[in-house]
Amino acid sequence: MVQITFIDAAGQSRTVEGETGATVMETALKNNVPGIEAECGGACACATCHVYVDESWADRIPAAQPMEEDMLDFAFDVRKTSRLSCQIRVTAEVDGLVVNTPERQG
Amino acid sequence: MPDIIKTDALIVGAGPVGLFAVFELGLLDIKAHVLDILPMAGGQCAELYPEKPIYDIPGFPTVTGQGLVDNLLKQIEPFSPTFHFGEMVTQVEPLGTAEAPLFRVTTDGELVFETKALLIAAGGGSFQPKKPPIPGIDAYEGTSVFYAVRKMETFRGRHVLVVGGGDSALDWALNLEKVADRVTLMHRRDAFRAAPHSVNAMRELVREKKMDFVLGQVTGLKGEGGALSAAVVRGEDGTSFDLPCDAMLPFFGLTMKLGPIADWGLNLHENLIPADTEKFETNVPGVFAVGDINTYPGKLKLILSGFHEVALAAQRAHRYVYPDKKLTFQYTTSSSSLQKKLGV
Repeated sequence: MVQITFIDAAGQSRTVEGETGATVMETALKNNVPGIEAECGGACACATCHVYVDESWADRIPAAQPMEEDMLDFAFDVRKTSRLSCQIRVTAEVDGLVVNTPERQG
Repeated sequence: MPDIIKTDALIVGAGPVGLFAVFELGLLDIKAHVLDILPMAGGQCAELYPEKPIYDIPGFPTVTGQGLVDNLLKQIEPFSPTFHFGEMVTQVEPLGTAEAPLFRVTTDGELVFETKALLIAAGGGSFQPKKPPIPGIDAYEGTSVFYAVRKMETFRGRHVLVVGGGDSALDWALNLEKVADRVTLMHRRDAFRAAPHSVNAMRELVREKKMDFVLGQVTGLKGEGGALSAAVVRGEDGTSFDLPCDAMLPFFGLTMKLGPIADWGLNLHENLIPADTEKFETNVPGVFAVGDINTYPGKLKLILSGFHEVALAAQRAHRYVYPDKKLTFQYTTSSSSLQKKLGV
């Protein structure tokens, strides 16, 4: 199991266990982590699973594909560390990953 | 008062489940009108994932969202449903009784229907433009902030800020440049999803100094009494500045909202409509809820569940449309009367 920490806009932190092969978005939903809507169910088609990856992790996860970059245009308050959590895979390499959820998903 | 469109069944939502409802109703001689807020059939399949493969449609090892929609449209052709696109139901008034339901249904485009059966196949709700979470934006909506262009004239002589990087943003920036005093296009990055020829046309206008392109994101609005005077922008380098404008068009795609369904007198549970599992009828006889919009013990939001639900809903709808006719269960493989309806 891989540990992933979600910090909401108010600063509350929740650490949950993710299954290898799932996505960070799925891990959030499965563990009832608030702040992730995932309206489209993971098709990279809605930008409502927007997260800010912790600075220390930004370079340690695979970079966003063009499709994800395009879809981030639909998110609000996009920053350099913005990602769509449906496009981040849970692997042994991301054990300990920290992501921040935005104030609103839109 | 506009002409009333009388129909046996009205289906709200032209997604896969709404489309297949036409088929199941059609086999029982029930004519249907179908309406949808989107400009085309297919619902989420067409709007969210037209090119993505779906692997759990029985009989199709793989089919794309659009492929499934195209096949469904072909499958329901024999029943020639009437589609009304770009319409959202605003009002449902019951006119009949529990035994003989009748509803008057009004849309935002002022269409009026009278139907004996109302099938709500609205999925996640209606697709509506995403509103940027900018503090106080509500105060400017309809006067200075618009999510669609209904009339170009609204923007004549104004300084229009168009926000976004897709086709809607680029197309309207290019079109409004002709009537507006000034158009500023703003996007969070110097890369666009829009068609390359639109992007080229925009860059050409910027080179000729007929349009401005600004990298950044709107974080606040300034103005008074609904009249916008400037947008507060966070630029690429993180610093904020005011960008003078008196109209803004944010294009951030669509999101699903339940919308006016909450006002139709139906029981709701967490934005879903409870339905029974025998006929998928709601607490209002004659109103059915099928597909992702409904909920019942064990509900799975799968297209195949919706297909099952419309088959059962159609059986009950038959009783309302043809109260004196006995319904005999038949198979399309062997029934000559069903095959006649299908034109095979």
